[in-house]
Amino acid sequence: MKTLSRVTLYTLMTIMSFVFLFPLVFMVISSLKPDAQLLHDTTSLRAFIPTGSISFKNYSGVFTRIPFFTFLFNSLLVSLITVVLGLFVNSSIAFAIARMKWKGKNFVMAIILATLILPFEVIAIPLLYICAKIPSISFTGGFHLTHGIFNSYQIQILPFIANAISIFLFVQFFKTLPKDLDEAARVDGASWFLIYRKIAMPLAGPAIGTVAILTFLPMWNSYLWPVMTIQDERYRPIMIGLQYFYTNFQTSWGQIMAYLSLLTIPVVILFLSMQRFFVTSIATSGVKG
Amino acid sequence: MIALTEISKKRKKINFKDNKIGWLFALPAVILLLFFTVLPIALSLTLGFTNAQLLETSNPKFVGTQNFKSLLGMSEFTLHASRNADGSVAKDEHGKPVFPQVRSLTRPDSPYVHLRGMQEIYRFGENDKSGTVHVILARDPTFWRSMTNTLFFALVVVPLQGGLGLLLALLVHQKLKGRNIFRTIYFIPTLTSMVVVSLLWQFLLQQNGMINRAIHLVIPGYINIDWLGNTHTSMYAIIGLSIWQAVGYHMIIWLGGLQTIPEELYEAARTDGANKWQEFRYVTWPGLRHTLVFVLITITIAALGLFTQINVLTQGGPLNSTSTLVYQTFSRGYQEQQIGAASSISFIFFILVLIISLLQRILTRKADQ
Repeated sequence: MKTLSRVTLYTLMTIMSFVFLFPLVFMVISSLKPDAQLLHDTTSLRAFIPTGSISFKNYSGVFTRIPFFTFLFNSLLVSLITVVLGLFVNSSIAFAIARMKWKGKNFVMAIILATLILPFEVIAIPLLYICAKIPSISFTGGFHLTHGIFNSYQIQILPFIANAISIFLFVQFFKTLPKDLDEAARVDGASWFLIYRKIAMPLAGPAIGTVAILTFLPMWNSYLWPVMTIQDERYRPIMIGLQYFYTNFQTSWGQIMAYLSLLTIPVVILFLSMQRFFVTSIATSGVKG
Repeated sequence: MIALTEISKKRKKINFKDNKIGWLFALPAVILLLFFTVLPIALSLTLGFTNAQLLETSNPKFVGTQNFKSLLGMSEFTLHASRNADGSVAKDEHGKPVFPQVRSLTRPDSPYVHLRGMQEIYRFGENDKSGTVHVILARDPTFWRSMTNTLFFALVVVPLQGGLGLLLALLVHQKLKGRNIFRTIYFIPTLTSMVVVSLLWQFLLQQNGMINRAIHLVIPGYINIDWLGNTHTSMYAIIGLSIWQAVGYHMIIWLGGLQTIPEELYEAARTDGANKWQEFRYVTWPGLRHTLVFVLITITIAALGLFTQINVLTQGGPLNSTSTLVYQTFSRGYQEQQIGAASSISFIFFILVLIISLLQRILTRKADQ
């Protein structure tokens, strides 16, 4: 009886694995096949087997067709700067909220909690309007003042540095640190900056990892915001590069699959190497709710 | 007197220097949040009452509730069937009453001024005997379609994704060898960007694509459906690929909840002779109250924000069958540059999210009692 239920469980889990994996396996395998064969193979199980004329031609096709490495550089630059600045900005306000007494603290925390649940989609349009009105200095063709900061790195970074969820996670973490830790340091005459830098942050490893991941992933995957604000190829992030393939009439599915694989595989590798962080971060966010 | 000393004590607790340093620590985040979150929220609540345009240099003008009127404007009208010479209701060859064209009521020169420019969105209560039917007309049928699509998507996705996530979590919570591998596999789709997922499934869902092939193998007489190109199936296709992508995330959240339930409770239930179902009903389920609220809220809010899949796959089509609130704010605010009109939709969206987060507050309080 026991072994029977075990067999059922494993069968069920294997079927579910197939459901979740088959599109991704298909994607990677297809990226290695020429278009004609790719389309022909979808009608059979060969879609999941690397047979026929296997090559990396689709990948080199992607690289010649679009400035892939510019897009990759842009995405990495924007995501990493946002992660690093976000870690500083969000941890320092969280430190102030969790460990220090100051006027207006409760009010600030109330606002952060209120915006915690708000999806970005609600503010996307007004934010677009604000960014169209921000005065900016243009150096092309002489020095002059214009409106709008579209087509730049800063428009992809600035709105996403301060983040209610990151602040919330840091506050939760700093609250778990024992109070005597900084009280002892205070008595010894250490400044708050020193406590933050030398005591709180070195202990905050898990929180830093969690926040870094939770910032990086949406930045890497961001779509709505760059679609609206970046028309200049030089600043385009990697997700928007896909438009070159699906708005075109001569769709090459092989190249699309290659591009999709290039977008997905690095993130999956990152996940597999930092799985512990990922899973605990999501799980705890749910328990605390 | 006592109260006064209380206050002075409290005052003393916050000393001036700490106050300054506290604000110094908070300042960068406060400024950024003010500018990029609080200000946009304030604008999303006010721009809807103006005629703001994206790239116009002049200042927007206050137009009152005009945007909301053209968005929400609705009328009910009772149509009367044409009559024969003897006064009886005129019928067509199927025995149905013949009603006049709605277009005759909504033309620019229509005698019904309030109906001009409107379109029919629904009719009900057709009465063959009296020859009447009730017609609902709306000023902005696309908006209403987007509203009902968004709510429909949320109503289907929330229980389905939440429930499937829980089933997966229970599955990989069993003490079985290799369960971590399965957890990893179920989680991987959530790492792929929605743009990637959309394009991948677009290929799989084509008329001669893999999904149709697979269905054909199971049901021999099946005629291939163009899932995304058919008004009846497009939303279901979007629902399917959305759940495929996101359910692993909620599995992990459920799993976190399951792991907080102490093993002793299960042992106690077992010694009392509880079967598997009773164990779930009386130990597991009550232990997941908080997780349940969190899962429901996060899925609901994410579902209401449905956009990327729509923009990549259908652009709201065919015939608005997949248009959503956020897609409309994008299309009107960005593509048509009508920030005022788009913000009035954002306003309504904002209210929707607010109601749901208030519900969350009430539900969590109930769960705590």
